[in-house]
Parts: sequence; structure tokens; C-alpha cells
Amino acid sequence: MFARGLKRKCWDGDEDVEGAPAAPSYSLQRQSLLDMSLVKLQLCHTLVEPNLCRSVLIANTVRQIQEEMTQDGAWQLPAPPVAGRGPLDHLVSTEILCRAAWEQQGQRPAPDLPSELPGALGAPAPGSAQSCIWEADSSRGHRGSFPKSLDQIFETLESRAPSPVEGLFADAGGPYYDLDAVLTGMVGGKSGPGGGDGLQALAPAGAPPPSASCKRDLGELDHVVEILVET
Amino acid sequence: MGEDTDTRKINHSFLRDHSYVTEADIISTVEFNHTGELLATGDKGGRVVIFQREPESKSAPRSQGEYDVYSTFQSHEPEFDYLKSLEIEEKINKIKWLPQQNAAHSLLSTNDKTIKLWKITERDKRPEGYNLKDEEGKLKDLSTVTSLQVPVLKPMDLMVEVSPRRVFANGHTYHINSISVNSDCETYMSADDLRINLWHLAITDRSFNIVDIKPANMEDLTEVITASEFHPHHCNLFVYSSSKGSLRLCDMRAAALCDKHSKLFEEPEDPSNRSFFSEIISSVSDVKFSHSGRYMLTRDYLTVKVWDLNMEARPIETYQVHEYLRSKLCSLYENDCIFDKFECAWNGSDSVIMTGAYNNFFRMFDRNTKRDVTLEASRESSKPRAVLKPRRVCVGGKRRRDDISVDSLDFTKKILHTAWHPAENIIAIAATNNLYIFQDKVNSEMH
Repeated sequence: MFARGLKRKCWDGDEDVEGAPAAPSYSLQRQSLLDMSLVKLQLCHTLVEPNLCRSVLIANTVRQIQEEMTQDGAWQLPAPPVAGRGPLDHLVSTEILCRAAWEQQGQRPAPDLPSELPGALGAPAPGSAQSCIWEADSSRGHRGSFPKSLDQIFETLESRAPSPVEGLFADAGGPYYDLDAVLTGMVGGKSGPGGGDGLQALAPAGAPPPSASCKRDLGELDHVVEILVET
Repeated sequence: MGEDTDTRKINHSFLRDHSYVTEADIISTVEFNHTGELLATGDKGGRVVIFQREPESKSAPRSQGEYDVYSTFQSHEPEFDYLKSLEIEEKINKIKWLPQQNAAHSLLSTNDKTIKLWKITERDKRPEGYNLKDEEGKLKDLSTVTSLQVPVLKPMDLMVEVSPRRVFANGHTYHINSISVNSDCETYMSADDLRINLWHLAITDRSFNIVDIKPANMEDLTEVITASEFHPHHCNLFVYSSSKGSLRLCDMRAAALCDKHSKLFEEPEDPSNRSFFSEIISSVSDVKFSHSGRYMLTRDYLTVKVWDLNMEARPIETYQVHEYLRSKLCSLYENDCIFDKFECAWNGSDSVIMTGAYNNFFRMFDRNTKRDVTLEASRESSKPRAVLKPRRVCVGGKRRRDDISVDSLDFTKKILHTAWHPAENIIAIAATNNLYIFQDKVNSEMH
């Protein structure tokens, strides 16, 4: 489909690995493009407000890539999940990137992650990637409904103690998925992309592997953290 | 084409080896006035420089119609938004001239947030012979005054005075990308990423919002306004372009808020060229009505397109500016060049269109003959009054002697801003911090 086109376009025919296939695999290129785009969205070099048009175009590109990755069902795990601290560290480091971006965009300075997060959630839809980028005045109305679930999530990540929530996602393949899927499910009424589907797909105990739509949200983990930090 | 080259900055010593360019000197907009007598440029440092064309005279044939500096002034200063902790750049995004209604000239200049109306007047006479003051303006000793005289106007060296007459502030939350003066000469519009406002030239504390595409939930934002312009003859019509490649023609008579377009111009996507970058390269960076008012010209990353106002389904003409970049889109995305916003221009008779590219190249397309040419604006490649040599980018295959290969193009040398004289074959090209003015002496009339 567009696999071939992307190969030629993206890598400008300059990949010549000795003894190996000439071009990196399409999914690797696509992942690399996704990573590059996420970095572009987060980095702000100057004190000037970032260009909204550029941010919108990059965010749309990210969404396109994620949609395609979902359709392919070819979701790449970033790394084998490490029990305990690993995933939490990843969350923290992403948050630091977000925090720098926030402060430069003139948002309320993001408080320190561990102490503030339980009370600081205000983003209505974790499924969307954009809320942290656009502006400061998104709603803070959902503050009340989040803290409990976030506490649960962090307990889950840190202690790996079985919880009803985690039990549902036993086959999901790691804490990343737990966090994202749980948040998506917990928001309830607000329909993040695939949120409702993900939860329903996992409803039966001893769940089958997560649906494709659930996996789509999983890729937006970084943005989930951004949203957490946003308020 | 024959050529006269002018540069606007005197720091030649820095530019000789091109290793030092003052960021503030980078030209950010170029605009001829309605007669072409004046040419205004704005730069990143918030300054406006106006050039005036010298009248052609038989006594000095060599300096026929050259542009010299007429006035320089600081239009905008850097500001700080304390609420958001953000700087507001003083860079001049756009300049638009008002039609001349008396001896004075007026123009609108805008940065990201504030539009200003400037009045430019000339003073070439001064009163002399005051009774109470002497030549230097000091009060005279009354005992020395023995008779009364009537002051007379004596000629003096031309002095150009520029004064800010209006400041249109606080109208925009987002960054202003366009301003356009209405043909009624009383109103103008300013567009930012999400909204378009209508102002009256005499009223600064109020503006009317006529387009608002901000979604209720900013997370749903997927499209922004990239450019807008009033129709040259119909004061109720205007067009705005979007980051998704669509154009919306709106009629202000239809409703106070023109969110519903009268016409939507959109070309269906070419499935064979689809990639992750399709949307980005379809984003329209500039839209210009033809002088006739019948057509619109749009620029996206790889093409310029001519649209007929009567046909919404697709453009009537498409010209490839630098198709050889299509295979490089990933690299251009990585270095952010894919987000460069190139402008486009019509000639006075709407028969030729022009736009800039990389490596200080600019392109012209003749709509009648379907011929196109690539020219270069640079000190090294052209001496003053020499004829510009057409350039060619080779994409593999047979390479001619002076061809440039795609890989050796300099992507830091981009021609984003160009302007065409309203009546004659004179063009102004902004190449980073240099302004080039080219004239076609052979074919000075439009046809």
C-alpha cells in the first residue's frame, strides 16, 4: 500500500547496510518518524510561543501514523517491560520533557510529578494527543474523578500487586498498557479514541488479548503523561 | 531579463563571505504600493524600509527607474506578554498599503499581535522669517525687532516623516498571519491561526470577528487558517486558506459570522502520491486573488495552483515548483524545511505567476505559453545590469555544465517573499537579508 512509497520517500535511498537488506523495514521507519514527530512536538527552543500551524500539522501526522499502526496491528513494544521502577522512570523522564515545554509556553508551572499528580489531573480525554500543546485554558473540571484511579495505577506499577484493574489486562503485556488502558477505561463517559472499545473488549475475566483499538491508545502514552502534567 | 540590483543594508563587509547575517536584518515581507512607485519591506527586527522609484529622466539614462531608500522607521518593538510568560516577536509579518487618497501615503504593518497604521508625509518647504524667533528657533530679543515681516515658505531638503496614526491592539489571541485592505478603503481584515477580524481603519478599540474556527475543545483542533485576502473588487467577498489545503470563499452579506463558506475549493487527494507528509505539503502557505478578481493563486509546498472562482472542484492550472523534493520529504520534515511558507505573486496582467524556492532560486510560470524559468537571486551569480541566467536543477540523468544537483541545494537560502510591480515587469525578491530588484528592460510593458 503505501509501504513502498514511504520507503523511497523517507530514506532518500541512502541506506546501504553491508550484507543486510538495503533499506530499514517499513515499520522501523514509521516508528522512527513517529518518534521524531513526538520530539518535535515537545521541544521548544525559544521563549516565543510555538507556531500553532506547525504543531497542528505534526500532531496530525502523529495521529495518522498511530492510526496506521493500529490498523496493521503492528504495535512495537518499546522495550520488554521491567518490573517495578522501570516504567515509572520512563513516565518521569517524559514528564520532564513536557514540563520544560509547559513552562516555556507559559502554562502554570507543572508541579513535581509524584506529589502533585493525584490531584492535578484535569484533562478530559487522555486519548487525545493535543490538549497539552494548544493552550492553557482547557477545562479543569474533571479533577475530582481522577485521583483515585491514578493512585491505583501507580500502586499497580510500583508494587505489581494484583488488583481488579490489573487482572483485566493480564494479557496486555506490561505496565504501559495497564496505565493507558486503565485511564481510558476510567474516564468513562468521555470517549477517547477506542476507549470504550478497549474496555469492552477486555470485559470478560481472563481477557483475550487487547483489541487493536486499545493498542492504538497505548501508543499515546507519552501524551497521557503530558495531559496528566498539564494542569 | 535585465537587472538592477539594490541591497538594503550597508554592511557589505559582513556579507562578503556570507558567514555573518544579522538575524534582525532578515526580510520578512515585501510589498509594492498600488502605483509601484513605493516598495516597502519589513524585517525581523521590526523595521520597515520604504524604497522609492526614481523618476526616469533623459539626463541620467543609467539610473532609469531605480529604487532608492526613501524612509526607514521602527514599526514594532519586542514585547513581553507577562500573563503567558512569552515574548512577542517584533518581526513584521505583513505590510499592506492603503490606496492613496491625498498627498500622504499610508500603510498597515503587523507583527504577531498588533497592527499599526503609519502615515508617510513629505516635507520639502519650511517657513522662514518669523518675527519672534530667529533662524534656530530661539526667541529674539524684542528690542532688536524693528519691523514686521510675513514668513515665507522656502524650499528645503526633502524630509520624509513617518508617524503612527492608529494602533490596533488586543484583537488576536493567536499569531496574525495576514492582513488585507478592503476595496471599500474603509475596512480591513486581520487573520490569525483560528480567527479573522474585521476592523474599521478609524476605530482601534473594536473589531468584529467574522471567522472563528476554534473548536470548543482544543484537543479537536486539526486545521488552522494559513492566509486570507479580500477580493480586489467585491468588498463583501474574501477568501481564507487552511492547513489542510482548502480555500473558503466567504460572503460577508450572508451572515455576521462567516463560518459557513459560500464556496469551498478543494482538490481531491492523489492516491498514488499519498504519504505521511501529504497533508503537510498540501497546506496552503499563501493565497492571492488575481488583479482581475476572477482567479486565485495558491502556494503549497511543492506547487502553485491557479483556481477559477467559478470552479470549486479543482484548480484549473497546477505548476510544479520543485517536484524533485518529493523524494526528500522525510529529510525536509526532519530539518523543518517542510514547514517553510513560500509566497506567490501575479504579474500585473495576470499572465505570469512567480514564487520562490530554495538555493535563492525563484520560479516564474507563463500561463499562456506554459513556459517556466528558474532564476537565482544572489550576489555571486549576477553582476549589476547583467542578464539573469536561467538555472536548472538536475535530478540525475544527463547533467549539464551549470546544473545544480538536488543534493547540493542550500536549504538555508530560501526565497519566501516576492512581489511584482502592479503595472510593469519589475520584481522584488527578498533573499534572507538582501533585497533584489529586477527589471525587464526589454519587455517593460505587460502583455
